Amino acid sequence: MKVNMYLNKRVAIVGAGLTLFRRRLLETPQEIAWEASRKALDEAGLELKDIDCIVIGSAPDAFDGVHLKGEYLSHGSGGIGKPVSRVYVGGATGVMTAIAGWYHVASGMCQKVLAVAEEKMSPARPHPQSVFKYIWDPILEKPLNPNLIWIFAMEMHRYMAKYGIKKEEIALVSVKNKRNAMNNPYAQLGSNITVDDVLNSEVLVWPVQLLDVSPVSDGGAAIVLASEDVARRYTDTPVWVEGVGWTLDNTEWPARDLSYARYVEFAARMAYKMAGIERPNKEIDVVEPYDPFDYKELHHLEALQLAKRGEAPTLLKEGIFDIDGDIPSSPSGGLLGVGNPIAAAGLMKVASIYWQLKGTAGKMQVKKPVHTGVAQSWGDLMQAGTVIVLRN
Amino acid sequence: MNQIAIIGTGWYGFRPSTPEVSFREMVFEAATRAYQDAGVNPRNDVDSFISCQEDFWEGISISDEFAPDQIGGALRPTMTVAGDSLQGLAHAFMHINSGVADVVAVEAHSKVSDILTYSDIVKLSMDPVYVRSINPQNLHFIAGLDAVKFMERKKVSREDLAMVVEKNKVAGLSSPRASYASKISYQDVIDKDYVVYPLTELDIAPLVDGAIVMIVSTEEVAKKLKKDDYVLVKGIAYATDSANLETSELGKANYMRIASDLAYKMANVTSPRRYFDAVFVDDRYSYKELQHLEGLKISEDPSRDLNEGNFSPQGEIPVNPLGGHLAKGVPLEASGFSLLLDAIDYIKQGKIERALVGSWRGVPTFTGSVVVVEKP
Repeated sequence: MKVNMYLNKRVAIVGAGLTLFRRRLLETPQEIAWEASRKALDEAGLELKDIDCIVIGSAPDAFDGVHLKGEYLSHGSGGIGKPVSRVYVGGATGVMTAIAGWYHVASGMCQKVLAVAEEKMSPARPHPQSVFKYIWDPILEKPLNPNLIWIFAMEMHRYMAKYGIKKEEIALVSVKNKRNAMNNPYAQLGSNITVDDVLNSEVLVWPVQLLDVSPVSDGGAAIVLASEDVARRYTDTPVWVEGVGWTLDNTEWPARDLSYARYVEFAARMAYKMAGIERPNKEIDVVEPYDPFDYKELHHLEALQLAKRGEAPTLLKEGIFDIDGDIPSSPSGGLLGVGNPIAAAGLMKVASIYWQLKGTAGKMQVKKPVHTGVAQSWGDLMQAGTVIVLRN
Repeated sequence: MNQIAIIGTGWYGFRPSTPEVSFREMVFEAATRAYQDAGVNPRNDVDSFISCQEDFWEGISISDEFAPDQIGGALRPTMTVAGDSLQGLAHAFMHINSGVADVVAVEAHSKVSDILTYSDIVKLSMDPVYVRSINPQNLHFIAGLDAVKFMERKKVSREDLAMVVEKNKVAGLSSPRASYASKISYQDVIDKDYVVYPLTELDIAPLVDGAIVMIVSTEEVAKKLKKDDYVLVKGIAYATDSANLETSELGKANYMRIASDLAYKMANVTSPRRYFDAVFVDDRYSYKELQHLEGLKISEDPSRDLNEGNFSPQGEIPVNPLGGHLAKGVPLEASGFSLLLDAIDYIKQGKIERALVGSWRGVPTFTGSVVVVEKP
């Protein structure tokens, strides 16, 4: 794979916006997309007429119940009379939306891009899980009628079994992230819980329990990306996109090593090479790994090369990933605390790193000075990894 | 920005149904042929992979899960553009120009014969509050409204639409991909009952299964691998008018005008009518060919040009000389690529040097893509 370390053009993020992440927002998907877009434009100091291209990210069409969802969302994203396209890698779409926004500018195709991610999960009846009934291979898997938590339980179990990790150690992620989310004004589920609360919550599919899982949410996120000359005109604190990486593993998830997210590792290596990062655990100051389940944050921290295989729980226990630790992880509260409107959650992580590097994260701001941050998202049949490296 | 080159093409299908293959097998067949044509190995030589598809067409939620294996993209930078294949090609253009790739594989396919309730799926793409709730009895009703307004504005007659059908179905007889080519007359079209005024069954392109894979690269790689046996993409763009029916301008292909203006600017085309040797444009409704030609600035008076024979394969500026969608069918997200494939064939056969390709995403969208392709 070719990775050009001397990129043709530098690209900066100059604005970001989020809606509240909530269950059953009253706004339509188009209105959610516009609310996030409007906020991002306001922060960038730009108007919609200034934007050259729109990139939309949204996960399964079935959540919103709309076919050709990118076309539908283009109106709410301000994409009237402009180049609009939708990118898609399942749950990893949020960071892919930022990556696509980056290459729209880096290629010279556009100078100012609005990247918008939206998800409205709550209309799915009786529960968004019903939508996930249709993600399986129609011949080999669908007849077994599996559900999504079922396969993540297998993955979590495998991770625990391979490295001898206890549930108590994994539960600490949920405790940390929900605590961090109390500082986030957009969060749906910030709270002070204990490990015991997680261990005593309802068992969904062992070893996955209710408080191991992020909540179903509606929400939108948007960022504005600009070329270097434009960015310097609009802000004194641009945050540069220094590296991007994305990977899709093969479709046959039962044949893979479920204890390690190699697709995230491959995506991270691509992004790190582009950003010139050789020692991730020394050079990355803050990270937002994708955490729809608590074990997934640990899984991803290892694949991002921020911990050795099986050692993330130990580092977590030592406080390395706390908001005042060496490598604060999910200081926004992550999906476990903020909520999980699939694609919007991934772009929320990019926005959170942007605010951290800009120094405007408010109560979420990590304690140490930060210069390099990483956001990551994950999805599909446990096969998609997307990574973005930002610097101030 | 640097122009990119199309160095390999492969296709499979273009039949009303393809029961012998799954959609993944069909894409594998097309990909194998494209890699052979380009002379590349996907596991070593291709830097990124793009699949163009939509969940509801596939009947699979999160359909991009099934993208990587059949194109050799597993554990590589593979992604989906939920759009027409020409939009996917534009993303490939951006991958190359941003510096993350030198060679990109782009895939699009249609397994529409697997869809049992096509009209219901299309209705699900209509706005759930303002349009779907009126429960339109005919999915073509927006095209009917659009056609009437266009015909009124540009003084296009019912007979003109029938002439487009005759021209394209007959032209399709020279294409290996045209399952619906036939030697019909415009009177046959006029004699049919309306599906929705002013469109009969013959004015509406049928659906078709097909898979197309294209390999694109920098011009440097193209020269190295193919000497001069490739096609250059000089300009590429796409645009959306408005996804909301109530705020879009019916009767005009504004999306095509915006996209073509951007593509012409990139390709430095100032007089499209004089510049291009042939046009390959979306004609999934007969009136759309004429409306799109206006949007592309190829004709200000499409009715007159049509009646004077200027758009025929032997005319001043041939339009869909291999039959367009009316002869080949509509292969869902591969529609744009099917037109581009015709343009490439025409260039490689030595019939033309410069072609314009314009694609539309169909009802109820107002999104179009434009590509300018040339011999190197």
